[in-house]
Amino acid sequence: MFGKLTLEAVPFHEPIIMITLAVVAIAGLGIFGAITYYRKWGYLWTEWLTSVDHKKIGVMYILVALIMLLRGFADAIMMRGQLAIAEGASQGYLPPEHYDQIFTAHGVIMIIFMAMPFMVGLMNIAVPLQIGARDVAFPFLNSLSFWLFVAGAILVNVSLGVGEFARTGWVAYPPLAELGYSPGVGVDYYIWALQLSGLGTLLTGVNFLVTVFKMRAPGMTLMKMPVFTWTCTFTNILIIASFPILTATLALLSLDRYLDMHFFTNELGGNAMMYINLFWAWGHPEVYILILPAFGIFSEVISTFSGKKLFGYTSMIWASGAITVLGFVVWLHHFFTMGSGANVNAFFGVATMVISVPTGVKLFNWLFTMFRGRVQFTTPVLWTLGFMVTFTVGGMTGVLLAVPGADYVLHNSLFLIAHFHNTIIGGAVFGYLAGFTFWFPKAFGFKLDERLGKGAFWCWITGFFVAFMPLYILGFMGMTRRLNHYDNPMWQPYLIVAFFGAGLILCGILFQLAQLVVSLRNRESLRDVTGDPWGGRTLEWSTSSPPPFYNFAVTPTVRALDAFQDMKERGEAYLRPDHYAPIHMPKNTSAGVIIGLLGAVFGFALVWHIWWLGAVSFIGMIATFIARSYNEDVDYYVQPDEIERVENRHHANFAAPRSVLNTQPVAEQI
Amino acid sequence: MNPKQITSLLKRLAWLPLLMLSGCKMVLLDPKGQVGVDEKSLIITATLLMLIVVIPVIVMTLVFAWKYRASNTKATYRPNWSHSTAIELVVWIIPCVIVAILGTITWKTTHELDPYRPLDSDVKPIEVQVVSLDWKWLFIYPEQGIATVNELAFPVDTPVNFKITSQSAMNSFFIPALGSQIYSMAGMQTKLHLIANHEGSYDGFSANLSGEGFSDMKFQAIATDEQGFNDWVSQVKANSETLDLDSYPALAAPSKADPVRYYGSVSPILYDTILMQYHNGGKHAAGHEDHAGHAGHEAHEGAEMAGMPMNAAEETH
Amino acid sequence: MSSTVMHSNHAVAHDDHAHHDTGGNTVFGFWLYLMTDCILFASVFATYAVLVNHTAGGPSGKDIFELPYVLGETALLLVSSCTYGFAMIAAHRGFKGQTLAWLAATFVLGAGFIGMELNEFHHLIAEGFGPDKSAFLSSFFTLVGMHGLHVTAGLVWMIVMMLQVSRRGLTDRNNTRLMCLSLFWHFLDIVWICVFTIVYLMGTI
Repeated sequence: MFGKLTLEAVPFHEPIIMITLAVVAIAGLGIFGAITYYRKWGYLWTEWLTSVDHKKIGVMYILVALIMLLRGFADAIMMRGQLAIAEGASQGYLPPEHYDQIFTAHGVIMIIFMAMPFMVGLMNIAVPLQIGARDVAFPFLNSLSFWLFVAGAILVNVSLGVGEFARTGWVAYPPLAELGYSPGVGVDYYIWALQLSGLGTLLTGVNFLVTVFKMRAPGMTLMKMPVFTWTCTFTNILIIASFPILTATLALLSLDRYLDMHFFTNELGGNAMMYINLFWAWGHPEVYILILPAFGIFSEVISTFSGKKLFGYTSMIWASGAITVLGFVVWLHHFFTMGSGANVNAFFGVATMVISVPTGVKLFNWLFTMFRGRVQFTTPVLWTLGFMVTFTVGGMTGVLLAVPGADYVLHNSLFLIAHFHNTIIGGAVFGYLAGFTFWFPKAFGFKLDERLGKGAFWCWITGFFVAFMPLYILGFMGMTRRLNHYDNPMWQPYLIVAFFGAGLILCGILFQLAQLVVSLRNRESLRDVTGDPWGGRTLEWSTSSPPPFYNFAVTPTVRALDAFQDMKERGEAYLRPDHYAPIHMPKNTSAGVIIGLLGAVFGFALVWHIWWLGAVSFIGMIATFIARSYNEDVDYYVQPDEIERVENRHHANFAAPRSVLNTQPVAEQI
Repeated sequence: MNPKQITSLLKRLAWLPLLMLSGCKMVLLDPKGQVGVDEKSLIITATLLMLIVVIPVIVMTLVFAWKYRASNTKATYRPNWSHSTAIELVVWIIPCVIVAILGTITWKTTHELDPYRPLDSDVKPIEVQVVSLDWKWLFIYPEQGIATVNELAFPVDTPVNFKITSQSAMNSFFIPALGSQIYSMAGMQTKLHLIANHEGSYDGFSANLSGEGFSDMKFQAIATDEQGFNDWVSQVKANSETLDLDSYPALAAPSKADPVRYYGSVSPILYDTILMQYHNGGKHAAGHEDHAGHAGHEAHEGAEMAGMPMNAAEETH
Repeated sequence: MSSTVMHSNHAVAHDDHAHHDTGGNTVFGFWLYLMTDCILFASVFATYAVLVNHTAGGPSGKDIFELPYVLGETALLLVSSCTYGFAMIAAHRGFKGQTLAWLAATFVLGAGFIGMELNEFHHLIAEGFGPDKSAFLSSFFTLVGMHGLHVTAGLVWMIVMMLQVSRRGLTDRNNTRLMCLSLFWHFLDIVWICVFTIVYLMGTI
């Protein structure tokens, strides 16, 4: 009836987990109670959970990403704590079977359930607005993508309290991940969590490519697209080209585990090297999927806050394109030590280095965007400058690792750990946090508190250096990754320093939470009435903050790169038409949330071999999908009088400050 | 800050990483064998080469941000200046040149440092067969007819030819003081060639997660003079325990933090049997002596390296 | 299967453009989806190519493939592509009855293909050559089975389309969906030609 699931699956004997569960349960009950008390369930359902509005979906993505950031960070600080004390006779407080789950969960959560949704969330909020569209190409599919991702996130978190998570590291290399060496349900949780969220990501990729290629405002040629939209487009190309590989790879691994097949087993002709190749054929493009949109954000931020056009726009686009293509021919650098021939290793090493050329060009372009500009040191700019300094170091260590002769000693060491945290935190995460601060007023109508934002930045960046520079050194001292304990007293001081670094990053996270609370409280004084709080250059700043659900009352016509800046210079910004025409909009649908939640049930059923439940939930998903396809009442027209009302309200809001607005940076720039 | 000061600061900065690196005992920067020495100098060369771009970028970031800060109204402001062919040429060409140089170095050193390449030496190499077990290392000396667990010894200044496989999960065989590492994989054989040029006892371990006991999967690699090595061999030989196909399964059973063990004699076909156990029909671990031994030898003579990454390790088909 | 309900595009401004092309976006999106499917198959093909000789003492393709039988399967699928083509021609002309008839014919041929494939699998497993016997057999069953699952999904989709066309006629929306299904069906035909060539033909010679 319940497959392999018994009460013993709940780790009652693990105090750390049980306390965590208790806290989560109390918090959950509190939120549940509050929503019930304030009778907000209906509002939540109609305005958010069933919404197909890209802006709301974007906000929900980022909300989940932030929650998962807390979970992933809790894992991180537990690992640092363990290693700070686990020297010699002390084995630390986390036994390997628990510790191994923590570092696996940390990796999976941070990459798949924190960085990805953060990136997709920002893309959801900004891209349709940047291209002057009213929504994405397939709004229902967008909602479905989000809920499939949530299903994956639910599975990862359920594994904490019911059963276990994988103990294989986030790459789940066979044969360790095969049934013979990982008989528990951990790897199955891993597989289904990644499959569900991966499917969501794939649909997002398709959706946004169609959106960008088919739905740009009139006049916006490809080479007039905002640079963030461009980098997201390259990311989406990478997604649709690489995520199917992950789907296939995990499917083969699950066939090994569920149907006793032999793709990657030691026995009967399986070949684990095939998995490793396939995994990184997805995994390497994945890191560019994460970093490219961050590059786009830095470009927008540095240009906006330097009050200046982006230097070398064309170069930037070509550089991103080059990174996209090259990202597919470097995967083997993840395993130079597998015994490939010198020619193979050398080829992949040199190919990897070649990527540093377009990346270097980007850095120079940001530099020359500041050159002869007026740089305002706002929080997003601080993140950008912090990125430029940090990422340069990370890029250098990356190229060093790309030299096979160096990798033979640095592979799998803490040097490697320091390197990829250097690029992912110093690159992607800093970028997302810059984008978060940058577009927050667009999404919510008020700015974030600058003082606390800067506090967060300084804690993050010092915390980052304190936490990861010692890891570079430990790599040279011969410390390998994924160790649970060690007996080299010389390593310990560095690990203790790294632990304090993690503590500083914690302060950064706390600053950010405080920033959200304080800004919410002071939202009246932080309000953005014009819709253009930063002197923005692209179309998202031409509409109100938050934008009306239809984004633009009149579809803008684009004449130049930096379309909104161009409108402001021509004096055409904020002009209103004589009358409004009806706007065609999609209706909300519950199909996405239903399919997503059934997907979580489906994954859970397969993890525990509850076959009947798996069948029922799978049929439920398909049936919901088909039922939705029968429904023809999926869209409607917003009538001109309603548009008129909304627009009047917005324009009345800033009629007074408008004169002030025109004397702001815009006027200086003549 | 005048240009002179900046250059002197740059000079100091350039040496800073090196100072930091020499400050504490870093095994990779204090190698004890030729392979490690070459790898160390490669790391330093590559790093210095990259610093040519990295330092200017970091400095320019800070300088530009400061000079063109919004409050500095004296600085030039040209909001529409966004293109300069000269600058763009320079920023494309400089990284290209550096990558071209580094790429050339990479191509050359990757061939020189290829773990499969036997080392140039007049001394006759010693052969060691390595098996990673759950969770310990088995070393078989075919020429001496002995085997050890979690302890490895060899004469100094003598090339050591390792042939490496795994009983179960994938591990990475690594002695940082001597240089390169390589994966150990079940049913496949990888090779590694190392040499120790200084006497000493060096830490070795698995550098790839292989399960619960992975953290204690450590061994000592002892490099001694010829006499010391012979003494060590006699000491092992004095041990009456034998490792053969019957006693192997007990050793292969998962265990953690195993002590050093010596086997005075070892079955000559053990290694090949381990290597071949997963072939032709699968898991009948040690058995089929004649067949397995034979097939194993064929495998050894097989293609040194197939070009495709799939065939990265030498497969024993 | 993902794109059956993609529609409700409302992006291009309604004010200055008359009515926008919803079908165009859907078909473009479906193309992109097919490209991802292509990569999915490519990954499994690559795996098959790597593992094809890993028979682990078990049978190789030569021992178990019956080319004439597979040729029959292939013929069914190829003919079904033709009948689907006729269904599309009928749909373009607006002949609802003919469209339904051709779709039904396609369905029967597709179902016949799946039936034959299941029969082949059944025989192999009954003879002791199941997917758990060797890496080669695992990759064979998976590659062919994955194509079979796609065809099955196409059949389910076809039933849905027949019901929708019979109920609502050849509306714009149904035509777009028929177009997507058509792309899907021909795509599976092409994949099958690759399967037939690489797995069966190259396996038996």
